[in-house]
Amino acid sequence: MSDTPATAANEVDQDRRGFLTFATVATGAVGAAFVAVPFIASWSPSERARAAGAPVEVDLAKIEPGQMLTIPYRKKPMYIVHRTPEMLGHLAGHDAKLKDPESKDSEQPDYARNAQRAVKPEFLVLEGTCTHLGCLPKARFQPGMADLGADWPGGFFCPCHGSRFDLAGRVFEGSPASKNLRIPVYSFRDDGMLVLGVGPTETGAA
Amino acid sequence: MAGNDDTLPVRTGFLGWLNKRLPVDAFMRDQLTGYYAPKNFNIWYYFGVLSLVALVLQLVTGIFLTMHYKVGEATAFDSVEYIMREVPYGWLLRYMHSTGASAFFIVIYLHMFRAFLYGSYKAPRELLWLFGMAIYLALMAEAFMGYVLPWGNMSFWGAQVIVNLFGTIPVVGPGLVDWIRGDYGIADATLNRFFSLHVVAVPLVLLLLVALHLVALRQNGSNNPDGIEIKEKKGPDGKPLDGIPFHPYYTVKDLVGVGVFLILFAIVVFFVPTFGGLFLENPNFEPANPLSTPEHIAPVWYFTPFYAILRAVPDQRTGAVLMALSIICFIVVPWLDRSPVKSTRYRPLRWKLALAIFAVSFVALGYLGLKPAEGTYVALARIFTALYFAFFALMPFYTRGESTSRVPDRVTLNHD
Amino acid sequence: MTELAIRSRSIRAGAARALMGLAAALVLCGTAAAAEEAAGHEEAGHEEGHGVDWQSWMAGNEVTNTASLQRGAANFVNYCLGCHSLKYMRYERMAKDLNIPTAQLTANLIPTGARPTDYMLSSFPHAEGEAWFGRAPPDLSLVARYRGSDWVYRFLKGFYVDATRPSGTNNLVLDGAAMPAVLSDLEGVKSAVLGAAAEGHAGKVVERFDVVAPGRLKPEEFDAFVRDTVNFLDYAGDPAQVQRRSIGLWVVLFLLVFTAFAWMLKKEYWKDVH
Repeated sequence: MSDTPATAANEVDQDRRGFLTFATVATGAVGAAFVAVPFIASWSPSERARAAGAPVEVDLAKIEPGQMLTIPYRKKPMYIVHRTPEMLGHLAGHDAKLKDPESKDSEQPDYARNAQRAVKPEFLVLEGTCTHLGCLPKARFQPGMADLGADWPGGFFCPCHGSRFDLAGRVFEGSPASKNLRIPVYSFRDDGMLVLGVGPTETGAA
Repeated sequence: MAGNDDTLPVRTGFLGWLNKRLPVDAFMRDQLTGYYAPKNFNIWYYFGVLSLVALVLQLVTGIFLTMHYKVGEATAFDSVEYIMREVPYGWLLRYMHSTGASAFFIVIYLHMFRAFLYGSYKAPRELLWLFGMAIYLALMAEAFMGYVLPWGNMSFWGAQVIVNLFGTIPVVGPGLVDWIRGDYGIADATLNRFFSLHVVAVPLVLLLLVALHLVALRQNGSNNPDGIEIKEKKGPDGKPLDGIPFHPYYTVKDLVGVGVFLILFAIVVFFVPTFGGLFLENPNFEPANPLSTPEHIAPVWYFTPFYAILRAVPDQRTGAVLMALSIICFIVVPWLDRSPVKSTRYRPLRWKLALAIFAVSFVALGYLGLKPAEGTYVALARIFTALYFAFFALMPFYTRGESTSRVPDRVTLNHD
Repeated sequence: MTELAIRSRSIRAGAARALMGLAAALVLCGTAAAAEEAAGHEEAGHEEGHGVDWQSWMAGNEVTNTASLQRGAANFVNYCLGCHSLKYMRYERMAKDLNIPTAQLTANLIPTGARPTDYMLSSFPHAEGEAWFGRAPPDLSLVARYRGSDWVYRFLKGFYVDATRPSGTNNLVLDGAAMPAVLSDLEGVKSAVLGAAAEGHAGKVVERFDVVAPGRLKPEEFDAFVRDTVNFLDYAGDPAQVQRRSIGLWVVLFLLVFTAFAWMLKKEYWKDVH
């Protein structure tokens, strides 16, 4: 009777053992990767999260000129500002004081990469989270406010660490934040509604 | 763990650094390549490692389910449907967990039956058996509480019936039931505490018990289908003549067992997850309704043998006592079985008959527990309950005087 | 040696018998389960000699039949959603699974005011349900799971005239059902001539059905209508089921390959032992 396993290599086909071990381990590893998929996928936003994050419609008629409306979209505050011609006038002339005047490093859709950072100049749509560490910047639209300095053109001021942004959400030098405020995907529908979450090509209108 | 450092490989680099701080190589040697298991393991010896697989399965799927489940009588049922429909692959997590529970019990029952076939509970392995029984009891509690969590109608009424059993205990009964429930009926408080116990407390207890079970196993090594102690016959190298290193021989063999288990598991999960109402009972797809009892309150199949015993006598208290006794019988069996022979292979016909009758009675009781307690079912349940208890109660008598003369010296191969 | 061999054979026989019994039980359970889960392709039983064998009517669901599911969805929205909600089903999820284009979904299947991401809720005032019918119309998301598709099929076809009931109708499957025969417009109104209760035969015995008033649909058309609707409810109870079975096929095939490799590996190593 063979009491202990064969130690002599004469009968043991090491090549076959090596190949079979490799085949089994490889198949097992592939299997383990496949098994991981449902577990990892289960962390993705569920249908409920995606439904809650569905596009939001905003009735622009409700926003008076000079006013700002805050709307939650995908768990973030969206600022919609109805800019007056005067406010638009304050956008020019301070490019030297901005970190990213042409929004090269900042996040916005291509159609919002212009001087007013908007599709229609009179409506500014941006994400109300400071690009520094995420606080909500406060609206300070009045130019020349006492605590912000006489040359303050109007814009947003973040109370947490003092970042300043102009009326197009562009960040000023001297702010801890380094990027302009983010612009989300949005478009305007024929009936005058603003649709957050849907781009212009999809609605077929700008 | 015996073994001196000469038998360990000399390591450099990262492995050398590691082995100076953690006994990795020593562990590999003592538990795997240097641990000798009997060479004659047969199909009955797969179920230990399969129990481990089932445990890991339940733990992992359970952890991920808890990320989406919302405990509370107003939210639990809805959250399970949310998992089934809206969480990506949530349906797979749920079905793996529900099938895994039943798979766990199938594996455990077969694992326990092996002990009867080969006398694995006999000296010196009585403590191993006791730890195993503790695991079984903890598992029953875990499964019972887990079934309440979806807060379906069967969850509610099953909990109601079983918790009410504690009310049969004299003097403390009624107060005890309120204390267990945290309310005057199965309620939100009950659900919440069952959730905590099911997700945290009992899994920790189970892990501890499994560790103790494995340590106790390694202490004496495995039994085997011939019931002889392989350590009694050692070769010139000090290794048991009838043993082979666990790694690579049993790691490789267990891999096949795991593969077959996973195939059967996958067939159920993907094609028949409710298994005809046995693994996921139909009434549980309705939310819990304290005002509407399901037509037949039946526990999940793995509890039905004991449920049948409970219902065998018309009196609730006697039934509860019998049910408790039926589990205690299992616990004390190492001391009821008087035979010096371990394996059924070398035991007389009367033992084989008794074991066969017991196995049939257990399965029959399981079937009867699913049926309503009416008509012939009642008589049959009583007969099989009697046979069940006879197997244990008479064991000290019919197992006495078994001769050891037929037990072989060395293990026999090519048996089954 | 022979004595051992004989005994070993008898143990093997005993163990084999026990295992076979267990296997037989498992196989029986399994086939029963499979039969329940798979489609039961039986036609509705009609006059069988001495009566109508309504209790053996089978729904014959095929949840892979998308066209049937689409019709069933339309049936549900038009005839059931008025009172019954499907509170776990979103409109857009249903449209995605059933290949219904968004335009058609919005035009035909979504009530005004609801969005595609909304759950399919009924506008029926829940509080009044009990007052008006004696029982509020239940949500039907899971009815095919806790009652079974066959039950729902028999229920929808089991309405008959009963003057003793406040709604004027009763139901073979659910005695004293609070639900009126809302499909009588399509099915017509029928009366059931009931027979004496048979020994060991639970449920009503029906000698025959008599047509009181014809419906807009022919019997075969109404039958198809009910089958489509029950098929849809089967889908609604477990929307992932088709995807589940198709993934399962690949999983089992993969596991067979893995086990084959593991088996060959085991055989190779165990040459040492034998």
